[in-house]
Formats: sequence, structure tokens, C-alpha cells
Amino acid sequence: MIPLLLGVSIVSAAVLAYVGDRRFAPEINIAASSATLVLSLLLALQVYWVGSVVALDGWFFVDEFNVYLVVLTSFVSTTTAIFSRNYMRFERSRGKVGHKAMRFYHAMYQMFIFAMLLALLTNNVGVLWISMELATLSTVLLVSLYRTPSSVEAAWKYFILCGVGIALALFGTILLYFAAEKVLGPGSQGLLWTNLNRVSPHMEPTILSLAFVFFVVGYGTKVGLVPLHNWLPDAHSEGPTPISAVLSGLLLNVALYALVRCKVLVNKAMASNWAGEIMMGFGLLSILVASISLLRQKDIKRMFAYSSIEHMGIATFAFGLGGTVATFGALLHMLVHSLTKSAIFFTVGHAAQMSGTQAMAHIKGLIKANPLVGWGMVFGVMAIAGMPPFGVFASEFLILTAAMKQAPALIPIFLFGVCIAFAALFRKLQPMVFGEPAEGLAVIKAAHLPVFLHMAIVLALGLYFPVLLQQWFLDAVEILK
Amino acid sequence: MSLELVTQINNVLAAFILLSSFGLLVQRRIYGLLHIFAWQGLFLSCSTAVVAYGSGMNHLYISALLTLALKVIILPYILYVLINRLNIYRDVEPLVNIPATMLIGIMLVILSYHLTVPIRQLSTLVTRTTLAVALSTVLLGFLMMITRKKAVTQVIGFLAMENGLFFAATSATYGMPLVIELGVALDILIAAFIFGIFFFQIRTTFDTLDLKEMERLKEGDIS
Repeated sequence: MIPLLLGVSIVSAAVLAYVGDRRFAPEINIAASSATLVLSLLLALQVYWVGSVVALDGWFFVDEFNVYLVVLTSFVSTTTAIFSRNYMRFERSRGKVGHKAMRFYHAMYQMFIFAMLLALLTNNVGVLWISMELATLSTVLLVSLYRTPSSVEAAWKYFILCGVGIALALFGTILLYFAAEKVLGPGSQGLLWTNLNRVSPHMEPTILSLAFVFFVVGYGTKVGLVPLHNWLPDAHSEGPTPISAVLSGLLLNVALYALVRCKVLVNKAMASNWAGEIMMGFGLLSILVASISLLRQKDIKRMFAYSSIEHMGIATFAFGLGGTVATFGALLHMLVHSLTKSAIFFTVGHAAQMSGTQAMAHIKGLIKANPLVGWGMVFGVMAIAGMPPFGVFASEFLILTAAMKQAPALIPIFLFGVCIAFAALFRKLQPMVFGEPAEGLAVIKAAHLPVFLHMAIVLALGLYFPVLLQQWFLDAVEILK
Repeated sequence: MSLELVTQINNVLAAFILLSSFGLLVQRRIYGLLHIFAWQGLFLSCSTAVVAYGSGMNHLYISALLTLALKVIILPYILYVLINRLNIYRDVEPLVNIPATMLIGIMLVILSYHLTVPIRQLSTLVTRTTLAVALSTVLLGFLMMITRKKAVTQVIGFLAMENGLFFAATSATYGMPLVIELGVALDILIAAFIFGIFFFQIRTTFDTLDLKEMERLKEGDIS
């Protein structure tokens, strides 16, 4: 099952590289992503029936934690592919991209999905590193797809900062292998998560703590934790919008996944929550800095990129807190943030194409111009700001109650950040959606299905949490203890 | 060759690697940088081969060969071709405050020795003393990327960091499992090609490879 799942995306990357800019390339992209989605749902069922699975001599392993991210990744990549069909055709018709760029875009899209799925499914810490780097490499030239000076600059920053960050994560991996070798002996066995989790209490705590520092700096750069976040707003605002959606909604989650796995390991070895405390610190700092930066943004995609930093900060903080409620909240938060944020980027893409600019000052009266786009954005912002009854409210509330009990002194900082973000988002939203539309708006063929599908799921999760999903998350929480 | 001699040779090579890192930090000319980088790769490759001989770990010979091919031949060659194609071989980078940079570099070396103390105490390998040098190489590459403003020199700094990581893997654990080393090498190779594409993109959009021009994306601005 797992080789098939990975195979679909890598084979379709090759097929799309061959197909190029033919008329049906976006449809192939959608079909490939849907096939991945079906396979990942089957994999989830398998995990549901038999519990965690180790496949192919221990090279791959799936448990409740990573299978949920696999399903999320393939789901969002499918809806993004649907969105990107109309979006990229419009960009192509305006002459922003040529046919070479389109060939590259579709091939690298599938390559990126492959890299993320490999990172999630692999059992080997080294392969995790390789696939994280592959995920950067496959998207870096997509960020500079439009070849404008600012997009080239954004891509260069993304490449260099993430390259340096990930290099430090490799040093962490080497240190982890060094500590594991003492217990497990040399060879690939010493890098498997399944083995590491088994022996973690016997590993040398000083070395693991040093390794964790490198992991936080390394994978933290990719999560976009402040002060390592500089690349994120640039890369998310300058690339094509479908890429912003998958970068924000998926790649950040995958990086956080790597960090959380390391944290569990280090905490067990040190028999304390030292690693968690470091994550709490970075998380709070990210919430604070990102929410204040939100206030000053003028570019719409940049603003939502900062909102991603804030939400990743919240999830990191919650994982750092540990405990059943906080971890449950963090898992839910990763899920609803990813769905909401990608939906927002879809509507932002529509709005920017209609107005012909990403500057918020020039986006006006969306509801009058196109009610579905306008209301989509209103609901998206309401959800991401944490208004009930959306799912983000539920997850933030869970995290808040856990923090109330475990670290009450940090509550003011957390609430301050969340409130500032709330105020900033609404202040910017109002002039964009209400009032009279600007002159000369372009007519676009918007893809509304992905937006409203995501929003419906987020709304449903806020109103009613299915027992099945609850059990699934509780099992994942058990793994992360 | 006794184990004692292996250790000594390895230490000498480690010293050369550290020296070349400092060389990279202060060299202004692009060809000069490229030569130092190639030499560093050669020292690294020799050191890996010596450790392979001393420890009897055969897979290290493969990583030594891999380093030789990648870091001494392929990457410098790609960079050499790019530099010629882009006509920037005459560029001399103005460096401010070489003494200050050197001092920071020395402090980074001391820091790395301090950080690796627990590992040196735990390890029984002949290479344990060189881990501090490996970490210094990583940090010095990092420093070089911060202080330099040209795209090509930043790339060389990045690759020097990777050299440090390979060295760290050899000295801490006699190398990572081979599959991982091959994967990492592949990633670096892809990265090098992307760097090449980037040089041309930057050149055509900015008319220069000087990253000082790249300051459009600032907070609150709209391009």
C-alpha cells in the first residue's frame, strides 16, 4: 500500500513533465492527487483496523499520528489541484507564465507532494531529512515562477535560509545517530523511529539535548518559528497562489511533525519536559511577533503568511505543553488551520485575480463584485481568527484550557497575541469585502468547490466532533506522550 | 600504520580543514575561493579515507570517493563554468572588517570545542577529537554566508557548511549509513543545479549577482 501511495505521485510527476502544457495537464494533476487521496484513505482504514503498520523491512511505518497528516496532505493537495486548474489557466491567459513554466509547475507540484508524503511515511530519520530538503528544492523554483525581481528575491531567501536551517537539522540527525549507535549498534537500525522510540530512555540525555537544539533551529526554520521566519512571508506572498496554499497548509505541518517526533524522543531520554519548554518558548514568541506584524501588512498574501506563523506558533506551544488536552488541541489545530488557511488562500487568489493586485488598498467591495468570493473570504477570516462556531475556536479553546491548568503565567501573552491578530485581521478585512467594488474588475472563472468544502469541514468540526475521529486523535496523543 | 599514526594524520587533516575554512572567510577573489573550497574537499576526502583505513569500515571508502567526486571535481567544475559563463571571474568583493570577522570566527571555534565536550567524553572512536573542528566548519560556513553579499560566495559558504556536516558524520560515528549519505549527496547535487539556474535568474532580473540589490521585500512595502 505505502509504495503504491508514494508511487502515484512520483510517477505522475514524470508523466506531467512529459505531458507539459497540453490542454489536459491540470486534469491529470487532479486525477493523480485524487488517486493519492483514495490510497491514503485506504491506508488510514488499515491503521484503524490493525493499528500501526511497519512495511518494507522497517523502511516505512504508519501510526495514528502520521496517517492523519498523510490523509490531510493528500486531501488538501487534491482540492488545491482543483483550484489551480482555473487559477493557472487564467495566469497563463494573462501571459504571466509561459508553457515551459507550466510544464515545470505541474511536475514539481506532484514532486512536492511526493516529498511530503515520504517525509511523513518514512521510518528513517535520515530519509526524513532528505525528503524535507527535497520538499524545499521542489518548491524553490516554483516561488520564482513569475520571474519578477521580488519573486526571484523571495525564492533566493527561501532557498538559502531553509538550506542553512536544514543543514543544522542534519547535524542534529548526526548527533542523534551518535547517541543511538551506543544503544543500537551501527547501521540503519540506529535511525529508525520505531527503534529509537523503544530505546529512548536509555540514550544519553546530554547528547540528545544538544541534538534537539539543532533540530529546533533546523526544522523550526521550516515551521516558520520566530526568529527563523524571515523567508516565510516572502515565499508565501510571491509564489503562485496554489503554491502558497500548499506551503502554508501542508509543508509547515510536515516540518512540525518532524519536530514533534524529536521532542517525544528527547523528553523520554531526559525524563523531563525540557524539549517541550523550548518549543513553548519559540511558540509564544512566534504568536507575539507574528500577530504584531499582522497589523502592519499591506499585501494580502503576506498578511495571511504572518497569520500562518501565528498559528504554527500556537500549535508548537501546545505540543510543547504536552499532556492529553494540549496535544489533542494541537493535533486538531494543525488540521483546522491547514484546511482554513488553504481555503483562505484560494479566495485570496480569486480576489487578487479579480483586482489585478495583491495590495489590500486596491481590493474593494468583493461581496458586491462576486458574492461567493466575498463571503468565502469573510467566513475564512472568521474561522482563522478563532470565532465560534468554527473548528479553530474549538482547538484554541482546548489549548487555552490546558495552558490555564499547566502554565497559567503564560496565558496573558497567548491571549494578547491571539486578540491582536483577531483585531488586525478584521480591520483589514472590512474594506476589502464591504462597500463599492473598484472599477474594471476582471471576470474570472472561480473554483468555489474547494473553498466551501474546506469551510464546511472546519465548521462541522467546530459543531460536532465525530467519535471515530476523537478515538483516532486520542490514540495519536497516546503515541506522543 | 598504527592507530596512533591514523589519529595523528587525521588530526593534521582536520587542522587543514579548519585552516581552509578561515581562508574562505577572508578570501576576496572568486577563483581564490573556488580553489580553497576544492582543497577543503580534498582534505575531507583524504581524512575520510584515512579513517576508513584505521577503523576498517569499508563503506567509508565509498563516501571518501563520493566526496572526492562531488566536492573536489563536480561542484567546483560547475561553479567554474558558471563563473566563466556569467563573466564574473574578475569580481573582487570588498570585505569590511576582516579582523573582526576573524575574531568572531575564533570565538565560534572555541564555542564548538565547548559544545562537543560531552561527546568527546562519551566517544571511544579515534576521530572523536575532530568533531569540534567539524562543528566549527559548519559555523564558519554559516558566518561566511552572513558576511558575504555576493550570490556565488554565499553558495560556496553553503557548500562549506555541507563539508563540515560530512566531516561531523565521519568523526562522530564513522559516517552515517550509506543510503543516507547517498541521499544527502543527491540533494546537494540537485541544490547545485538549482543554484546555477538561480544565478541566471538573478542576473537577468537584477543585472548583477550582488545581493545588495535584493532588498525590495521589506516589511510594509508592496512591490
